Amino acid sequence: MQMPEDMNGLGVSPGRTAGPVYSMGGPPVLPDAVPEPGADEAARASEALAYVSSSLDELAGSVSGEAAEVLATQAMMAADPTLADAVAAKVAGGRPAAWAITDAIGEQQEQFRSLGGYFAERAADLADLRDRAVAWLLDVPMPGLPHPGVPFVLSADDLSPADTALLDSSVLAIVTRRGGPTSHTAILARSRGLPAVVSCPGILEVPDGTPVSVDGTTGVVAPVTPTEAAEIQVSGAAEREQAAAFTGPGRTSDGHAVPLLLNVGGAADVTPDPEGVGLFRTEFLFLGRTAAPPVAEQETAYRAVFEAVGEGRKVVLRTLDAGADKPLPFLGLAAEENPALGVRGLRTARVRPQVLSEQLEAVARAANATGVDAWVMAPMVATAAEAAEFASLVYKAGLQTAGVMIEVPAAALHARQILASVDFVSIGTNDLSQYTMAADRMNGELADLLDPWQPAVLQLVATVADAGRDLNKPVGICGEAAGDPLLALVFAGMGITTLSMSAPSVPAVRAALATHTLADCQRLADLALNAADASSARKAVTGR
Amino acid sequence: MPAREVVVGSRIGLHGRPAAIVVKTAQAQSVTVRISVPEKPPVDARSIIAVLSLGAHGGDTVTIEADGEGADAALDAMAEVLAKDLDADA
Repeated sequence: MQMPEDMNGLGVSPGRTAGPVYSMGGPPVLPDAVPEPGADEAARASEALAYVSSSLDELAGSVSGEAAEVLATQAMMAADPTLADAVAAKVAGGRPAAWAITDAIGEQQEQFRSLGGYFAERAADLADLRDRAVAWLLDVPMPGLPHPGVPFVLSADDLSPADTALLDSSVLAIVTRRGGPTSHTAILARSRGLPAVVSCPGILEVPDGTPVSVDGTTGVVAPVTPTEAAEIQVSGAAEREQAAAFTGPGRTSDGHAVPLLLNVGGAADVTPDPEGVGLFRTEFLFLGRTAAPPVAEQETAYRAVFEAVGEGRKVVLRTLDAGADKPLPFLGLAAEENPALGVRGLRTARVRPQVLSEQLEAVARAANATGVDAWVMAPMVATAAEAAEFASLVYKAGLQTAGVMIEVPAAALHARQILASVDFVSIGTNDLSQYTMAADRMNGELADLLDPWQPAVLQLVATVADAGRDLNKPVGICGEAAGDPLLALVFAGMGITTLSMSAPSVPAVRAALATHTLADCQRLADLALNAADASSARKAVTGR
Repeated sequence: MPAREVVVGSRIGLHGRPAAIVVKTAQAQSVTVRISVPEKPPVDARSIIAVLSLGAHGGDTVTIEADGEGADAALDAMAEVLAKDLDADA
């Protein structure tokens, strides 16, 4: 057996560890040649579905919370009479059990997909059912999480929400072949504090049981000896402990303050540790609604978050970020060929100005009632005129601090003009990458282009930081990149004033800042900006 | 046949937890309850796949119908769960 070489992926959740790799069981594949159906295909098909239903129920019983609910609902689907009838019809049409189930589920998936949104996502639950039933019928291993009985590094093509719900404490780290910095795997890993590398092409060729080291910061996955693996586990855990030992406000070792803020979607995400909230996403209030939520209801929801943050502390609230890709029926937006470039973010106020004015009214009331330092920013702004108009609406609502997100390259290039008419800006690195690199965030095949270390994207960030320094106005970052401890140093070196991230990323970023001077950060920023490409930028900064 | 119109109270619509609760409630009834949305044929409310296929969002109006002894009680029970925000405690 040939030993694999070092592999490079995208580090999306910081931390180092090591252990044997075990891969997620892949889906069973139906043989090309369809066999003659036996006499008992109908019975075998119902037996397979009954087995899947009872095994999922059993799994549901072994976990708790949301994971248990997801699995119980999936068990319900496997036992569903509508599905049973559809499968029986296929068997009656001459298809063997495994093929009958595959066909019937395929048709049902089409129906779910045509409904869009959350309903379309249920198509993945059906695919999982089908794979389990087909594996049972073909007598091949079940797809799903491995259970090697030792702590291990999980490898997979990509992870589904159901897979991630079942991850237990024996998983040391996650490495996937696909996925990008904003993939489900990345978000889950960060929320659990598990080191993770995505977009790592060679990982599925590594035989089960091979010990590897995983560095969720640099993205390097390397084969190691079992002794080395044990050492890395210990030193990685020590590093995490050490990171957790740094407390207090974000600052470099020579005392340059870089406040660390949180990205939240509701009061439950607010933790007391960081210095406020740098991105409060308000979409949760609007999703699945047939009419815009009334001002009083919005006020109550904003108050809940503001109270959790606490009087006098800072909250940066982002106004409604919807569009044809995140449709809200009451906005009445037309379907678009290219929704990422369509009427979304602040642009929805062109067609429904009242939704924005009511939201600002509710924010102002909640801010007055709670005494938080409320900053309000609009998403998807492209011009200084849009920024100025938004700021005037914010002030008119009685709020003091107005800003905009910098997500569109045009806005980054015109940061000086934009900053002249607002109080602050915050850079959304995820969308800024998507628009700068012309690469869809949801397309896992383009993850290399969406690497936040792309020097062109970093150049735009630096342009905005320079404008902020010249005009003496705050320039924050609230994209996923702010939670990468190395990029955080690069951003601090560029002169970015605040970094906002999900709570689990805070300790590692705080520790990185605390162990570097501002001059170190400036040197690292120069190295990254002058690199030829993303991987050399990362290598230059990590010193590898 | 006794029938009622109910506005879906679950903000997220009939999927996830709300759909599961609606289906379990239907399964507990002594008569078959059918549920429909405008422009789609009524489906058996005991089937999670059929209920999901309605694609009903929060605030949509659905029609429930049942026949035979206990139909009214079954419709009462169904109307109650459908009108609630079943995801509120999530």
